[in-house]
Amino acid sequence: MIDSLIPVLAGAIAAATPLIFAGLGELVAERTGVINLGVEGMMLTGAIAGFALAAETGYGAAAGLPAGALAGAATAMIFAFFALSLAANQAACGLALTIFGIGLSAFIGQHYVSYSLPGLQPIAIPLLADIPVIGPVLFKQDAVVYLSFITFAVVAWTLAKTRLGLLLKAVGESPDAAHAIGYPVLGIRYGAVAFGGAMAGIAGAYLSTVYTPLWVQNMSAGRGWIAVALVVFATWKPTRLLLGAYLFGAVTILQFHAQGLGIDVPVQFLAALPYAATIVVLVVISRDRKLLQLNLPASLGKPFLP
Amino acid sequence: MPPPDPRLQLLHITKRYPSVVANSDVSLTVMPGEIHAILGENGAGKSTLMKIIYGAVKADDGEMMWDGRQVAVANPAQARKLGIGMVFQHFSLFETLSVVENIALVLDEPFDLPALAARVKEVSERYGLPLDPYRSVHSLSVGERQRVEIVRCLLQDPKLLILDEPTSVLTPQAVQKLFETLRRLASEGVSILYISHKLHEIKSLCDSATIMRGGKVTGTAIPRDETPASLARMMIGRELPVCEAPLYTGENRPILEVDRLSLVSDDPFGTTLENISLTVNAGEILGIAGISGNGQAELLAALSGECTGERESIWLAGEAIGHLDAGQRRAKGLVFVPEERLGRGAVPALSLSRNALLTAHRQGMKQWGLVSYRKAKEFAEQCIARFDVRCGGPEAAARSLSGGNLQKFIVGREIMLAPKLMIVAQPTWGVDVGAAAFLRQTLLDLSRTGVAILVISEELEELFEISDRIAVLAAGKLSAAQSKAATNAESVGLQMSGLFNETAQPTESGHAPA
Repeated sequence: MIDSLIPVLAGAIAAATPLIFAGLGELVAERTGVINLGVEGMMLTGAIAGFALAAETGYGAAAGLPAGALAGAATAMIFAFFALSLAANQAACGLALTIFGIGLSAFIGQHYVSYSLPGLQPIAIPLLADIPVIGPVLFKQDAVVYLSFITFAVVAWTLAKTRLGLLLKAVGESPDAAHAIGYPVLGIRYGAVAFGGAMAGIAGAYLSTVYTPLWVQNMSAGRGWIAVALVVFATWKPTRLLLGAYLFGAVTILQFHAQGLGIDVPVQFLAALPYAATIVVLVVISRDRKLLQLNLPASLGKPFLP
Repeated sequence: MPPPDPRLQLLHITKRYPSVVANSDVSLTVMPGEIHAILGENGAGKSTLMKIIYGAVKADDGEMMWDGRQVAVANPAQARKLGIGMVFQHFSLFETLSVVENIALVLDEPFDLPALAARVKEVSERYGLPLDPYRSVHSLSVGERQRVEIVRCLLQDPKLLILDEPTSVLTPQAVQKLFETLRRLASEGVSILYISHKLHEIKSLCDSATIMRGGKVTGTAIPRDETPASLARMMIGRELPVCEAPLYTGENRPILEVDRLSLVSDDPFGTTLENISLTVNAGEILGIAGISGNGQAELLAALSGECTGERESIWLAGEAIGHLDAGQRRAKGLVFVPEERLGRGAVPALSLSRNALLTAHRQGMKQWGLVSYRKAKEFAEQCIARFDVRCGGPEAAARSLSGGNLQKFIVGREIMLAPKLMIVAQPTWGVDVGAAAFLRQTLLDLSRTGVAILVISEELEELFEISDRIAVLAAGKLSAAQSKAATNAESVGLQMSGLFNETAQPTESGHAPA
């Protein structure tokens, strides 16, 4: 029984990986008070940039991931210019960015339709991979999954333990106070938005060069939106975000298996299940309004002009 | 031995904004260990001048000398490096962070919270400003928050400490403690710039004073040798106006009765009201003292009808209204002047006549079922004339008025509705001395026509000037109201702070719009 679960769980970890990257990036941006609804768009520009570079250079994900990060960060800068420097409405700018990313990636991707890449082989980590159940689930994965573990640890540690983390939180809570004591609020927000864009770009590049290594138009399929929702329902806490992402991954893989078993339920319903299940569970655990308000970056979505 | 260089010298500082000259040719000198007052009304340019010293604003003209050398302070970080510390009027603290985290953010040193916490504790105790480094700022009282700001400055070994209206939120006892700390710092050689418009404080604390009016220096003085009246003349250019409270001779019946009102705040930073009972009679002003964040916002919401509750908890002229909403209560003769003039008392972008319509539409401002803008305009014109509102006419946007004139308009608008009960929050907050005296007199006159008035204010002096009885709201509990003759500022102050010490109270909602 356990043995048949191992591939499901291992698959769940991989399916959750793009959400972890995109979600952590958005979480950092939102901690500084900037809500960027363009995650879906940044994922797609990252996906196509990563795919194109991986395909053209032949280096695969090793070239695709950095390219995706750069493309995502560059796309985020468009958002940052309007939403931060010009203090335009953040929600509107983010939505526009998503539409832009969908269109741009489809346009560039015309040349790559039906192209496919080799993907990445799993690497078994010595000793750790031999632990029963946990070993094959966590430690027989591809390199990018390990990178997501490291990214999570670094982000969680930075936010909780370092001066930088404190500063990000402070800027998100009261940009005016941060400005008054002499911090460059816009600079910090630019940095956080760029980090969010790079993370979304990596998430997209992981999808296109590793997870399903072929180009399909609009291949992020709403994961960017799930990442945005995860951040809110995780009450801006990295650990909860991680758990939410794995939940999404698990339901995704389970519904594939359910489809495979030929259960008599419309495929569309099964495909929607991970999205619905994640939202429902997160809404239930975050329904404590006080918790939500206590952690909410107070300046979220509000423009700041020094 | 030659005299020491002045710690700080400002020479001919000028700062122009598009519509106003905030500072014009301002010069002043502060010696080491001197407590120097900057005295002036709201809008005299004091805050701009301090921001220039602190590097938050750049002067257009003039020089700044520091310990005898000319300096240009480009930003607050550089000012801190020179040894300039600033305690802001509206605190620059982060509510959701702890005390030590707040302090760590301004220090240029390796990030080591436990070591810093120990230093915070040590410095705060040395200067009689006890603080728990690990408490969250949102759970601190306003006085404690000010301690955080001061300790934060002290940890940077300042040579000059700037305090912007530091006592506006303190109880009289806390003010005395603050003064002790400041005198001690001065005796250790720290210069202090003390910004205030409170004459008696400056007289008791400061060695010298620079008086400003309309962006210019209008005089310097040794406060000890002056009288409050002579200081006031320099500050506002004429005598300090006083209010008269005539005797009320009409019928003495209760208009507002509140019986064991409790309200649980759903804001995590809010205060829960416990068993509030009070009565306001016709022809009297009941003052509610206390520092904001002790349930003031919640009590106002419960009384105005923004929060509804049990029917049998609030009575207006004998009728239970606890379940009615704000509009229904207004229809029964209750009017409310909120603390925030722009945004709650008036819509900033709308004209005065449209703003009049917002509450005065009950006066039949319609024709054939449609709004009659002509009647609204007439109403606004009457209000402007009767209450001496200086503005560009009834079509001027609310935000174009000064605080005092807008407040006169809002209060006037409500008075013209012929209320039975008027509830006013912070009636003269941020209002110049002349308008404040006018508003106080207006409230007094209104009450003597048989209207019941409830005033919630942080300014004790104001409450003692206009109230007939005074109660204290602290930590969500209301003390029994006492007649003004039976109490004094010290005992009210004790009630304000006494309850603080009993239970440390959350203050001031962090997420409410400022």
